[in-house]
Amino acid sequence: MTPLQIDFGNAERVVGIDLGTTNSLIAFLDATGHPAVIPGADGDKLVPSVVTLTRKGEIVVGNKARAALIDEPDRTVYSIKRLMGRGVADIQEELKLFPFRVAQGSEAVIRVELGERQFTPPEVSAFILRQLKQNAEKFLGETVSKAVITVPAYFNDAQRQATKDAGRIAGLEVLRLVNEPTAAALAYGLDKRRDGIVAVYDLGGGTFDISILKLHDGIFEVLATNGDTHLGGDDIDNRLMQIALEDIHTDWGKDISHYGDAVQTLRRAVIEAKERLSFAPVTNIELNYKGKHYQREITRELFEKLIADIVDRTLGPCRACIQDAGVTPEQIDEVVLVGGSTRIPMVRNAVETLFRAKPHTDLNPDEVVALGAAVQAGILSGAVENQLLLDVTPLSLGIETMGGVVSKLIHRNSTIPASATETFTTAVDGQRNVLIHVLQGEREMVKDNRSLARFDLKEIDPLPAGMARIEVRFLIDANGILNVTARDARTGKEQSVDVKPSYGLTDEQVEAMISESIDRAEEDFNTRQAAEARVEADRILAAVDKAKQNDAYLELSDEERREMARALNELLVVYHGDDHLLIRAKIDQLNNATMKLAENMINTAVTGALKGTKI
Amino acid sequence: MGLLSSNFYDFFGIEHKLNLDLKDLEKRFYSLSRQWHPDKFTLKSAEEQQQALDATAILNDGYRTLRDPLARAEYLLKEHGFDIGEQGAKNVPPELLEEVFELNMALEELRGGDESARGGLEEARNRFVAMREGIDSELQEKFVEYDRAKDRNVLAQIRTILNRRRYVRNLVNEVEKELAGAVA
Repeated sequence: MTPLQIDFGNAERVVGIDLGTTNSLIAFLDATGHPAVIPGADGDKLVPSVVTLTRKGEIVVGNKARAALIDEPDRTVYSIKRLMGRGVADIQEELKLFPFRVAQGSEAVIRVELGERQFTPPEVSAFILRQLKQNAEKFLGETVSKAVITVPAYFNDAQRQATKDAGRIAGLEVLRLVNEPTAAALAYGLDKRRDGIVAVYDLGGGTFDISILKLHDGIFEVLATNGDTHLGGDDIDNRLMQIALEDIHTDWGKDISHYGDAVQTLRRAVIEAKERLSFAPVTNIELNYKGKHYQREITRELFEKLIADIVDRTLGPCRACIQDAGVTPEQIDEVVLVGGSTRIPMVRNAVETLFRAKPHTDLNPDEVVALGAAVQAGILSGAVENQLLLDVTPLSLGIETMGGVVSKLIHRNSTIPASATETFTTAVDGQRNVLIHVLQGEREMVKDNRSLARFDLKEIDPLPAGMARIEVRFLIDANGILNVTARDARTGKEQSVDVKPSYGLTDEQVEAMISESIDRAEEDFNTRQAAEARVEADRILAAVDKAKQNDAYLELSDEERREMARALNELLVVYHGDDHLLIRAKIDQLNNATMKLAENMINTAVTGALKGTKI
Repeated sequence: MGLLSSNFYDFFGIEHKLNLDLKDLEKRFYSLSRQWHPDKFTLKSAEEQQQALDATAILNDGYRTLRDPLARAEYLLKEHGFDIGEQGAKNVPPELLEEVFELNMALEELRGGDESARGGLEEARNRFVAMREGIDSELQEKFVEYDRAKDRNVLAQIRTILNRRRYVRNLVNEVEKELAGAVA
């Protein structure tokens, strides 16, 4: 019925997403099997991880939201990744440095305020994901529903779970969470190297990871990983902010640190100065605010003095990682740099000194993680066949035992999936419940580790103390997320387990957010439908344009040509509207109006072929 | 798990021995990973995904155990019904009694702020490290002996040596912690 349309097929597409602290990117495997980053509507490949709620109640993400940081600081949030999977108690330090407006009553689940509304960190991240999804759908001309999302290797269970929740809220099926440095290694290995030992040093906007991998014939085996989930470019910016704010206080006799717009303008200025210092030995920090002017010179020497301890803080995890990997620095063939902060010469020098090797900088440190995520997406969809990632869990998993001591069940740097089975029993006669407290971390005492969840083994058969035998299996899956199952070892019967996560959202809460976002997404949905219809319209318009060059067009009657022109115009009229049904109706109308032309073209082609001439 | 064996040796398809060819083990690990990793099953049915997850968990746990000689020995001992636990390492091996007594004295002195104990402790640490190396070569001999004859008595001897090794390892860790802590 529609001879002019092109069939794109229905192969399941999986995209790769780098959900970063500062910027986020979405990438896919192109027809030649190479990963490529998809640009947004503004042509920018980097989507700033900034979300704003406009006064009209619209959510805006990316460059436009970044502009709102200055105009509408109270309705805008950035670096939300720092709050993912965390509790109010552990973000007190962040609150001193970042203008997060945490809502009242955030004890159980953190909520940040954007104007008059409140959102959990996974919801804010979901806004970013939804924007990326839309960019990809527009670019690819098809619906995107499956994704691989990257996370810092050193993210704990709660932070991973929160990222997965964000994907679900955004309407994405998250097929896999991949560690950022591992993703980078995948992109790098595909590009440059097949065998050897590679270290990936990843200093992002808010997180630091170091991973050491063994590459062998398409297998990327992570030997060890280490890091700090609260160390990155943001911290460097804050050092510069501090001296600039103090200067301004002295110069102007005024503390501007409580004026959101001034702080954000200054932040932009120090980030730009920081970036210039990677290339120039000296630069200026400048601020114009309400008719006042501030300027100070900053040398690279002073800059390096200010950030020396931050750079230093990355070296401890590097040394621990080398040791855990069981290699010497000499055995490491190459170091790959990831993250914008690795452009800083001082960072490069520190890495070079520690690893005794010149770091590899051919790949764009901003894009390499997203490209790797797209490769992993290809592995999952079957498009990439010979590569396989074997990743590890960054933190040991243990349970609380007597006296507040942690008994480790799965050690850090174990290849995942990894499992451990423990048998539990009761302490008093007739006891029906056993509570298991699961923790993540390397320290001996419960209080020094990260509480993951409490598992309540319920409805245990009433027996004399010590007689019950409940076998509990702890399994860390390929996403680095814990799954717990239990069975009664005597009866073999499945034992019910009630999970109370220490941080983050329960399944019910996520479900509620999904349905809420579906309500709110109705408009989004319409917008997307219209966008998809426009993509289809583009195809037919292009095809008609081309067909007009064909001799067959001249063979049409005037009436037929007029009919076609009218259908074409009507489609163009509705093209920019939001009504996808109308656009589709006009597409069909144009299709019908060009039916005769298509037939003529086929006939001309046949006649041409019979004559042996080219048409 | 159906057809899959949860025994590590069987899963890897190798003989139940104490000395293993690690290159061969790695090759098997990679090839089984290619076969079973969940990445290969993402778009398959829930049952197949679960089976892949279970299989890879055994594979990874097994590789971790079998590639480490001590963990491997403990695994094989357990397979043969020997009770292995931290408990065994708590009893002082009789031949070490005197050494341990002196060591504890020195540790007490250092904790009490007596820096002169440091030299003695460092000496003790070196002695224990050498002892651990001696135990390791003794174990290696026993591994060979067991693999040749598959004699249960050899396993019993290995268990005793393993307990002693664990005890010595704990001593080394404790002394090192104390030495490091005293510096800081």
